[in-house]
Amino acid sequence: MVRLWSRDAVWCLGVLLTMTTGCSAGRGQRAETLRVRGSDTMLILAQAWAESYAKVDAHAAIEVAGGGSGQGIAALLKGAIDIANCSRNIKSEEVAEARANTGKEPKEFVVGCDALAVFVHRDNPMDEITINQLAEIYRVGGSLNRWSQLGARIPAGRDRIVRVNRQSSSGTYEFFRDHVLGKRDFQLGSLDMNGSKEVVDLIASTPGAIGYSGMAFAAADVKMLRVSPAPGKPAYAPSAANVLASHYPISRSLLVYTLGEPEPAVQKYIDWMRSPEGQRIVSDIGYVPIALGGKLTANTCGGAGAN
Amino acid sequence: MWRRWRKLKEAFIEALIRLCGISATIFVVGIFLFVCREAFPLRHNPDFHLTEFFLSIQWYPTSEITKRYGVLAMIAGTFSVTLLSMLMAAPLGLGAAIYISEFCAPRPREILKVLVELLAAIPSVVWGFAGLTITSRLIVRFTSADVGVNLLNGAVLLALMSVPIIVSLAEDAFKAVPDSYREAAIALGATRWQTTWRVLLPAARNGLTAAVLLGFGRAIGETMAVLMASGHAITIPHSVLDPVRTLTANIAAELGEAPAESTHYQVLFLTGVLLFLITFVVNLSAGLVIRRERRS
Repeated sequence: MVRLWSRDAVWCLGVLLTMTTGCSAGRGQRAETLRVRGSDTMLILAQAWAESYAKVDAHAAIEVAGGGSGQGIAALLKGAIDIANCSRNIKSEEVAEARANTGKEPKEFVVGCDALAVFVHRDNPMDEITINQLAEIYRVGGSLNRWSQLGARIPAGRDRIVRVNRQSSSGTYEFFRDHVLGKRDFQLGSLDMNGSKEVVDLIASTPGAIGYSGMAFAAADVKMLRVSPAPGKPAYAPSAANVLASHYPISRSLLVYTLGEPEPAVQKYIDWMRSPEGQRIVSDIGYVPIALGGKLTANTCGGAGAN
Repeated sequence: MWRRWRKLKEAFIEALIRLCGISATIFVVGIFLFVCREAFPLRHNPDFHLTEFFLSIQWYPTSEITKRYGVLAMIAGTFSVTLLSMLMAAPLGLGAAIYISEFCAPRPREILKVLVELLAAIPSVVWGFAGLTITSRLIVRFTSADVGVNLLNGAVLLALMSVPIIVSLAEDAFKAVPDSYREAAIALGATRWQTTWRVLLPAARNGLTAAVLLGFGRAIGETMAVLMASGHAITIPHSVLDPVRTLTANIAAELGEAPAESTHYQVLFLTGVLLFLITFVVNLSAGLVIRRERRS
């Protein structure tokens, strides 16, 4: 009996050892496809680009995945992808990590603009909101948690503000935290959705909800609020015109990053995204095309994204 | 020569069978060691405190000010949603098992058993989708809940998902009660319900407890449905209409995005160790209960 048991144990150990050593052995080869990953806000745009680019360059195969801006940058720094989509600016730690690990600088390209839209349920009587009110709703220790404090009455007696938020790897989440909350923490207890579309869907079925997402996620069953930069200042709708005129207070750039100078095929793809043809797709999807012909390397979206 | 060959073949097949037999052990131990290994570096991490992990609800893994890793709210979320689901699933599952094994005619019994097994085969993402689009909207319409994806919604789904396990195991427990018990009860003039309530339930007690415990284990480990349907909000729930976040849903939502080797990543693995231990204890107690039954 004892001998049998010890034989089993030796077997177990042996198999475990081969498993652990086998894990580190095989490494996949670099395929010739362009791999794009990152921002969920930009996912619909990246997919539309990849589809249309097949007509421009029949040899290019493009793989697109979401996961959030943070995940895109992380994958870029590991060399797992060629292009990272990002709906926020890269952080200094991420640049430092790239330098330390690979000796290369991440290179940034502006490929479109977005007005970060604030959504509420269609039956919500509110039409506009200030940045300060948004911060008081979302920040830790904020003073607003009932719609009645904002002078709004929600049907069916639901007064509590249901804060819909994003998961923490989202570029949209970090942009909102940095530019609306002034880098302070979010109040816990918000409903943290894993995608822009989920935010809008949840708001559509929740009368007391408020949330934020890219402007391309506008839908018939939710309402976009006009946003004012400060009390007493005029509020602006999240529209292309208001983004281009730098009126909308929480507009941002949609960015792609490469690690170091892009390879020719990658460069060609990014140039095409920024061409009139690529930018037409940006406006078809519902975002704002970059101002063409201007200083394209600079941040052309204005608003909070400029700093 | 020929005999030698045959002996070799025997030995080979025996080894293969042995490998299959212990494969479950290999996988369980391997996974546990792997999960522990990933969480192990937290030992000397100055940003991480075990007391904060267990006793704080502050979960700010990506804060710009101070990162904090407290999972108390998620532990509360996991247990509240699982216990509430068991409050619904245990009576429903045991009732169904009693009906199937004691009251049902043979033909509908077979049909019912197939249907219960079918219920178990529905993928959890489908349950989650149903929770997101059907039950959550019913909850918003018929209760005063602020939001439909909440503790109650998650618990209803988990209950429906664990009912099939409870039914099959409880039915087996009833089947294991010797027919002589039933015959004796009927001979004493007991009605069918009296037989079930006074004779079969006490006789099958251990098996039924094990059935509920294994259903509990199923519910506590469920991820996708609760991620989609229970709101994913970090709060200690005060009512069944509050949204919650479970440990499993938190791992599913955040592991993909946490940079490898970061504290956040390691803490998520530690959460995995915690879950592993919880399910281990639950399943172990179910096993012990069953063993006690066999011995008696």
